[in-house]
Amino acid sequence: MSKSDELTARERMMIERQPMRLKKPDERIRDFFEVALGYDEEEAKKEAERCLNCKKPTCKEGCPVGVPIPEFIMAIRKGDLKEAARIIKSTNNLPAICGRVCPQETQCELTCILGKKKGSVAIGRLERYVADWELSQNNGAIKDTQKTGYRIAVVGSGPAGLTCAADCAKRGHTVVIFEALHVAGGVLVYGIPEFRLPKQIVRKEIEYIERLGVEIRTNYVIGKIYSLDELLKKEGFDAVFLGTGAGLPLFLRIPGENLNGVYSANEFLTRVNLMKGYLFPEWDTPVKIGRKIAVVGAGNVAMDAARCALRLGMIKSRRDNCPPPEVHIVYRRSKAEMPARAEEVENAYEEGVRFNFLVNPLEILGNDKGWVTGMRCIRMELGEPDASGRRRPVAIEGSEFAIDVDTVIVALGTRPNPIVFSNSDEPVRTKWGTVEADEETGKTSRDRVWAGGDIVTGAATVISAMGAGKRAAREIHTAFIEKQ
Amino acid sequence: MFEIISREIFSDSTKLIIVAAPDIARKAEAGQFVIVRISEEGERIPLTIADYDRDSGTITLVFQEVGKTTIHLGTLKAGEKLVSVTGPLGCASEIRNYGKVICVGGGVGIAPLFPIARELKAAGNYLISIIGARNKSLLFWEDRMRDISDEIIVCTDDGSYGQKGVVTIPLKEKLENGNGTIKRVWAIGPPIMMKYCAATTHEFDTPTVVSLNSIMVDGTGMCGACRIDIGGKTMFSCVDGPEFDGHEVDWNLVLSRQNIYLEEEKEAVGHYCGKKGCKGLGR
Repeated sequence: MSKSDELTARERMMIERQPMRLKKPDERIRDFFEVALGYDEEEAKKEAERCLNCKKPTCKEGCPVGVPIPEFIMAIRKGDLKEAARIIKSTNNLPAICGRVCPQETQCELTCILGKKKGSVAIGRLERYVADWELSQNNGAIKDTQKTGYRIAVVGSGPAGLTCAADCAKRGHTVVIFEALHVAGGVLVYGIPEFRLPKQIVRKEIEYIERLGVEIRTNYVIGKIYSLDELLKKEGFDAVFLGTGAGLPLFLRIPGENLNGVYSANEFLTRVNLMKGYLFPEWDTPVKIGRKIAVVGAGNVAMDAARCALRLGMIKSRRDNCPPPEVHIVYRRSKAEMPARAEEVENAYEEGVRFNFLVNPLEILGNDKGWVTGMRCIRMELGEPDASGRRRPVAIEGSEFAIDVDTVIVALGTRPNPIVFSNSDEPVRTKWGTVEADEETGKTSRDRVWAGGDIVTGAATVISAMGAGKRAAREIHTAFIEKQ
Repeated sequence: MFEIISREIFSDSTKLIIVAAPDIARKAEAGQFVIVRISEEGERIPLTIADYDRDSGTITLVFQEVGKTTIHLGTLKAGEKLVSVTGPLGCASEIRNYGKVICVGGGVGIAPLFPIARELKAAGNYLISIIGARNKSLLFWEDRMRDISDEIIVCTDDGSYGQKGVVTIPLKEKLENGNGTIKRVWAIGPPIMMKYCAATTHEFDTPTVVSLNSIMVDGTGMCGACRIDIGGKTMFSCVDGPEFDGHEVDWNLVLSRQNIYLEEEKEAVGHYCGKKGCKGLGR
């Protein structure tokens, strides 16, 4: 669009929010390929035209890593995608990931002035468009930064660790990331399914971080192979950033929970996503899927587990010529309290996942061989609001019933994994197992140890972990400057 | 990449490899394990560390070929590489001077038992070792165990070597004759053997440590696949163990969870052997 075609604000506000093309539900449940197809050039330009380029952009304030949103959108409008990518990457090291998994509707897009009338500018989709374009280009060399001589150990290669590492490397520090698994990415690779976040995208964005000079050592379990103390004293790191997330699965603590056929969502998703269980036996790791699956919980992880279960069941149904699976979400509160993103709930619903609200499992039933055969549940109603502000579910006496299931996936949330703390060198932690760290600085009770992301907040979002990684990088850097 | 330095074949199905892993060797303690992956498409399997040499930077792994991964592992020769070895994982054995102890090893369990027995001896314990296998060909490291033991009893189920019968027979005799002087027992081997060893020592109220080799994925407490029931409490054998009080273990659960992937294991072996033309498993 040339200058003379410059639109008025009124005209901009008349443009409809551009939808993003999705694969059709009956097609997408047959494989693990990505569901959302992204914008093409025309759609992206049209969406970019909607931005009013506000003098005081509230969208930017809503972004935990402070992406200069109107600026990058203006660059798209000019057709300068290289510049758009540069602007995004000035604060966000993982834009193709964020464009896919950020809850934009509660962050940048929430405060968009267009939101009230026509729907906010689709910032996340535009970010994805720019990031994907950049990944499709041959990424040029990254200019060398003057080395400061400081060495930082980052524990965990999830969103918090990657961001902290990248920002430290950009400031000239030498950074080594220690990752317990055999692939870098943390929850991005083991937790979020391929159909929502292709692993090739994750790999490419991590390659960018490596090109910044960050070294990633996989298969290193800190707490076992090195203690925090050893990293700081023997291995000579000047600072440690803990970004090990919240990986310890919570269980229901009801009878029958250890029966064969009961998975934690973590195990199920790790087998499927990290170990490519859907490609068994070409890949070696099996994942057992039954005919009727109950996923307990209603967060994003529960939606991911349900949608994976559905796909596995469909693949099995075609392969073994057996009936398609039935996948149920079982949630003790009502639809309104579901913690999952609306978009993910919608996706799951369209794909055929069934929702059972106000139902609480009491016992998992099994046969004499130790396999799940059903789940005894009770109906709930909503009472007074509890500490979380949500109405507390209360059991309805006498409403017990059994559902016929052969697989149960427990998606109740996670807690930080204590393995990183070996005996003597622990920063102070809360009764929830999270590390006590200053929200603004990431500083822990232990000298030269910073922490951020889910290990501090408990399970949260990719982008909030990235924000914490970013703040910690800034603080670590400041601490070094002060030392000089 | 982790290079296999040497290989030793104990029997048709039991093999030993020595792997270069200096960082792990530096930190490994008796009782701990590693997670091994042999190819990019491979699964993550836990193997107990049978020995470690801090000076040469190597660890020793002994395994029995029971599924696709271990069969494939058995084909790898010196000079070939494993794509990943992660560890040391799990808690180290609690080595102290208890006085008189018995170490019972069954089949491939003799391998993880060895470093524990050696450390117990070094800590000043009077060490009685009982090692057993189904038949003579499945027995290994008798010499290594003999070297560190004050007394040793060898048995085979079929009587093809040593005393005929299962390990619980000499175990019971020793406890009976020990008149309460046996302070602690370690039993490592197939779950069913550990179950009966624990039942035997229970009568004498002798504290008994077992090592559970549960199905795992990450080995760091993240997946919960290895959960077990210890005295009514759910625990993860990867981070809370692998060693537990044998008298508190819910053995039925251990045995049942061992069977989760039997069908898939068969399918994987069939798939692998179909491609490689190997003989597959006897069962």
